[in-house]
Parts: sequence; structure tokens; C-alpha cells
Amino acid sequence: MMATPLTAARAGLVACETCDLLSRPVDAAEPGYCPRCSGALEWRRPHSLQYTWALVIAAAICYVPANVLPVLNTTALGSTDSDTIMGGVMLLYTTGSWPLALIVLVASVMVPLGKLIALTYLLLAVQRGWAGGNREKTRLFRMVEFIGRWSMLDVFVDTFTVALVQLQPLMSVEPGPGVLFFAAVVVLTMMAANSFDSRLIWDAGTGRVERHG
Amino acid sequence: METVACPECDLLQRLPQLPVGGKARCPRCGDTLATNPTDALDRPLALVVAAAIVFIVANTTALMGLSAVGRHASTTIVGGVTEMWQQGEPITALIVAFCALIAPGGYILLMLTVLLAARRPPARPWVGELLRWADAMQPWAMGEVMILGILVALIKIAELATVDPGIGMFAVGALVVLFTSITVTFDPREVWKRIAHVRR
Repeated sequence: MMATPLTAARAGLVACETCDLLSRPVDAAEPGYCPRCSGALEWRRPHSLQYTWALVIAAAICYVPANVLPVLNTTALGSTDSDTIMGGVMLLYTTGSWPLALIVLVASVMVPLGKLIALTYLLLAVQRGWAGGNREKTRLFRMVEFIGRWSMLDVFVDTFTVALVQLQPLMSVEPGPGVLFFAAVVVLTMMAANSFDSRLIWDAGTGRVERHG
Repeated sequence: METVACPECDLLQRLPQLPVGGKARCPRCGDTLATNPTDALDRPLALVVAAAIVFIVANTTALMGLSAVGRHASTTIVGGVTEMWQQGEPITALIVAFCALIAPGGYILLMLTVLLAARRPPARPWVGELLRWADAMQPWAMGEVMILGILVALIKIAELATVDPGIGMFAVGALVVLFTSITVTFDPREVWKRIAHVRR
């Protein structure tokens, strides 16, 4: 990249994040509101990096109990069994439905971990001003946004298993404490992706980061 | 020709006149800047009305049933949420309720209002406000994740007892298709164009 490409911010224009209208703010320090949709105008989302870091760290903390604590407690004929997320995957695998085991493994274990790693990398890349490969970084971010919701899979599986298997006193399934942490990981990583301003990827190395990050 | 900034990388550029069914991408980051679907308001409106009906069916009929030792049980989406709540996981129950009920239901309701109100320009500013809310709801409406979750639960429980899919499950499946079709056929820019500029 030889010349710095002309972005709206360099041209003194702000694009509304809600309706995409370009406008020239009267005051650069306080861009004010969009004339069309009255949404708040920002050069870059304020404190985007701080919010994203906070949410990523919170999600990483919840990731541990989410995988260690049981998500389901099955009581059958008086004896109780506890299953963690991995336990559920192993159960699916041993009962012969390995394609499902693979789906749950990817959605519940690999996707959340991958999201945390990807977001951490993007945050570092923006903060350290690692230029280059911006298209790939944007693609990575889009992937994080796209696949994030799929981690909710296990929460739905647990919910409907609990709802259906209530045959007291023969057999009943109860949710374990892990499911709350697991749902928290999904929600926190989704919020982290939402709060990350992808324009910062392209700003990295052009000297705008310090002012607006 | 309209000048826009790419929402993903802020590159300033002019949008070409798009043919019907055409799509404009940012040359720098590849983000989709604009689409030009046929009947950008009428088609999504028809789909939203259909989605509203299917949503009611999905929530009033059983997702799946279970038979074991002469007993039969079935569950709905609300049933799953209340069972989670009663079993001591109220926060998880709320998250499930939000992703399975409130977000998709809210999205349908908001889009219905926006699309009806935008039919006769100039649209009032509150239409934009509602569209903003619909946009915010969309990532949290997880129909497609839920249908996969139901299927996995169904197969897991099939190891223990006889399970049968209910009408609700097929309705959730139909809802997934409708939601995808709405996002493909809807062009929010068409609504924004019709919103009268506010003086503040």
C-alpha cells in the first residue's frame, strides 16, 4: 500500500453507523447526530478496544467453569450422572452419532475458543499497529461475527433435553451450573464482536488509532 | 451516484447505479455496500407476514414429544424456558427466552411496522428508530441454531426413549428459511431514503 487511501475520516466526513449517511460534522471533537436518522455520530466507536478487551477477558474467565462444571445432571432410578460439555460430546460419539458429536464439539468447544483467540489477535493487531493482511483480518472478523451464534447450540440442546426428560421418579434431567457459564461465554463473545469497530483494523498504522481507539 | 463510506473500513467511494439483483462491494475490504433487490419493501413484507404466522405456530405447538413406559410428554419453546427457570437456572432461562422468543418475535414485529410505515414516503423519523432496533435484534434471533439444538436433543434422547418430532419443530425450520429470505430481499437503504430529514 503506497498512498494512504482516502477514508471518510481523512476527508473530514462521518458515516452514520445506523443509516450509512455521510455527513460533515460542524465540530470535529463532537460530531453530534446524524441529520437523517438522528443516531449519534462517531468517527470510530468510542472506547471500542477497551470494551472489547473487557468482554473478551470476561468471556475467557467464564470459559473455564463452562467446560469444567457439569451442564446436565441425569437422575435415573436413583443414581445421578453429571455431564460436562465434553462429556456430552463423548456420549454422542459412543452412541454412534459421530457427525453430531463433531458438530457439538466444533460449536461448543472450538468455536468459543477460536473466537477468543481471533478477537485477542485482532485487538493486539490494532493496538500494536500491525499493518498488512488487513483484508484477511477483516475476513477473520467477519467469520467471528458469523459463527459466534452457533455456540449457543449446546444451551438449546440442554434446555430442550431438560424440558422433555421429566419422568419422575424414573428418570429426570436437570441443568448443571456449567450451562450458565457456557451461555455467558456465548453472550459475552457476541457482545465483544459487536463492540469491536472493524474500521480500526484499517486505521492501524495510519496514526489514527491513538486518537480514536 | 451516491458517495458512501464503507461501514467496515471507512473507505470513501462512489456507488455505481446498480442493476436489479446487483450488489456493490468495497474494493478494499470486500464488504457488501449495497444491494438492489426487486421490490425491496413488498417482498420482505410478504415474508414478514408469513414469518409472523409461522412464529405463532412454532410457539403454540409441541416441538417434540417423548413416550416411555406408557407415559407421554411434550415440550414447547416456552416450556423449555420455564423448565430451565424452575430447575434453578433463571439467567440461562432468560438468555434462551431472549434468543428463541424475544429477539425473533421482536424482529418480526419491528420489521412489520417498519415495512408498513415505509410504504408511503415520507416516512416518519420513528420508523428509523424502529429499524435501528430491528437491526439490533437480528443477531440475537437464533432460529437456525435452535433447530439444530432441537435435532441434537432429539437424537440424544432417542437413545433413552421413543421421541417424535412435533409440528413446532417444522415451524421453527420454516422460520429459519423465512428469516434468511427476509434479509436477502430487504434493502434497508430503501427505507432510509424514504425517511424525512429531521431538524434538530
